[in-house]
Amino acid sequence: MSILINKDTKIITQGITGKTGQFHTEKCIEYANGKNCFVAGVNPKKAGENIFDVPIFATVKEAKAQTGATVSVIYVPPAGAADAIWEACEADLDLAICITEGIPVRDMLVVRNKMKQKEAAGGKKTLLLGPNCPGLITPDEVKIGIMPGHIHKKGRIGVVSRSGTLTYEAVAQLTEIGLGQSSAVGIGGDPINGLKHIDVMRMFNDDPDTDAVIMIGEIGGPDEADAARWCKENMKKPIVGFIAGVTAPAGKRMGHAGALISGGADTADAKLAIMEECGFKITRDPSVMGKLLKAML
Amino acid sequence: MKIHEYQGKEILRKFGVATPRGIPCFSVDEAVKAAQELGGNIWVVKAQIHAGGRGKGGGVKLAKSLDEVRAHASSILGMQLKTHQTGPEGQKVRRLLIEDGADIKKEYYVAALTDRATQKVAMMASSEGGMDIEEVAHKTPEKIIKVFVDPLVGLTDAQAKELADGIGVPAASQAQAIDTFKKLYTCYMETDASLAEINPLILEGNGNIKALDAKFNFDSNALYRQPEIVAYRDLDEEDADEIEASKFDLAYISLDGNIGCLVNGAGLAMATMDTIKLFGAEPANFLDVGGGATTEKVTEAFKIMLKNTKVKGILVNIFGGIMKCDTIAAGVVSAAREVHLSVPLVVRMKGTNEDLGKKILAESGLPIIAADTMAEAATKIVAAVK
Repeated sequence: MSILINKDTKIITQGITGKTGQFHTEKCIEYANGKNCFVAGVNPKKAGENIFDVPIFATVKEAKAQTGATVSVIYVPPAGAADAIWEACEADLDLAICITEGIPVRDMLVVRNKMKQKEAAGGKKTLLLGPNCPGLITPDEVKIGIMPGHIHKKGRIGVVSRSGTLTYEAVAQLTEIGLGQSSAVGIGGDPINGLKHIDVMRMFNDDPDTDAVIMIGEIGGPDEADAARWCKENMKKPIVGFIAGVTAPAGKRMGHAGALISGGADTADAKLAIMEECGFKITRDPSVMGKLLKAML
Repeated sequence: MKIHEYQGKEILRKFGVATPRGIPCFSVDEAVKAAQELGGNIWVVKAQIHAGGRGKGGGVKLAKSLDEVRAHASSILGMQLKTHQTGPEGQKVRRLLIEDGADIKKEYYVAALTDRATQKVAMMASSEGGMDIEEVAHKTPEKIIKVFVDPLVGLTDAQAKELADGIGVPAASQAQAIDTFKKLYTCYMETDASLAEINPLILEGNGNIKALDAKFNFDSNALYRQPEIVAYRDLDEEDADEIEASKFDLAYISLDGNIGCLVNGAGLAMATMDTIKLFGAEPANFLDVGGGATTEKVTEAFKIMLKNTKVKGILVNIFGGIMKCDTIAAGVVSAAREVHLSVPLVVRMKGTNEDLGKKILAESGLPIIAADTMAEAATKIVAAVK
């Protein structure tokens, strides 16, 4: 098993005709069961056409009605990406995965509050992964996003991280020592996002086919500490934790919009201390995440 | 993106927030002329740099005559102003703000910022204006009043009143304070700010509320739709290397160590810096070459890193995903040749076409030290610079 997605997931690609959308859709279709999973694309100007044998629809609603898809992946450029998320939500999808980097924070604030308002009014809850994330993968079943498929191996370890390449680093270490992954999830580097570490840890905890988890975080924001405190009370599986940015200076944005130290509690040292207190096996050496996890099994 | 105080006040006035009258100046003569134009008999001469703590550093002075205006303007303009936010070398003062003196009865604090946890806009106010707010938050957190604003609703009258009551604004000035808070919120949203702070917000002897300072940060993702904000950008206040890097779409931040690092991905870049420290040295920079690192980008990245004369060695750490290791290896070899690299270079490559990449490096004839893991790479570069 896995979390959020599997070989039977039916996926809509929003922004399928753009350069990035085309490039990655093709790779995703080539990976494992992708050919059967990626069933629709959306572009109002190209409705009725096909790309990689995938039919293009004018709206997400129509794509869903015609194909039964429940998940979308978004490559729409920053200025229109928040609207694309809202369209997926209005179409009552289960999950929207937003890869787009560089969405204005105000747009994310507005769309997140619209999503919450819809839920509060009894509407269907659409989960959001990202934005500014690599996506997620269930090895040998389906990959949705921009990660390199071939470094993954099917197995029983969960990986969750804000950073793309650091997720790949953890995955490659696991694969190299023979440990496969149940799912690897990139929650993204933006300050206002959808699923957080705590949400993904909950899913891994509930997934009978995940035995242990590597949780990777960064400086900035309260998310890793929140997840650690939840894990202390609830998590039944071993966790290896790493936080990037011990050497990052305060007040400087380290690439990711969300990787910025603001107060005193969101430094890497502070987060590592909380994670250790909450029972994580923490490391300051990102080269040993895989080995440490193996030793805990 | 940051702006100057006088620019922040221009924005506040545009949204209807009262500020003292003031004129920005670039020379001593302009400063004296500005004081004459403002009239009155008391002025404030304020250094304009993109850093807080200017008063403590000697960058804000009161003048009671035009001669004093001239004297203060001469001493402040051109000085290296050192504050807790500028670093030890300080920041050169190139602009001044000459302002009317204010009749301060009470100093408050108010700010708007995005709250990650609630995904709302936090409006914070305090009765302890004029002080470092982080110190207030640390020592007397009860003196900070916070409300969380739903962007679909905006700051309500009740919330604005809660702030005004919470910081003890006298009844006669409540309506003005509430109005100011609402205007500050609107300003924050409409300008795509990530921080809008007034510290202090003052109560004058006559009961009026005014913004005596203005500090703004703006969301760089939204600058494309804020041309008026972009026009405020002052490149003199930014790191020249960081500006150069941004032209090539490289995320670069200079640090104090002696090992340059070039990495793809922000998280991996931070992790690489951390590993260097873990193995006994300090990184000279943060540098994320991003997803589409071409030979040109890698070459520019090398040039920017090597401008820093403190750099005694370079560590390249690439996780080849969609971007293949052999492409990067070719870029590294060509960059090293073009810049006539004379410091040790350790390259660690992992992922797609790793073996091909390693082969290109080995056959280049360049003295490149190969490493397999981040730890090994860090150990090797630290040893090489010692």
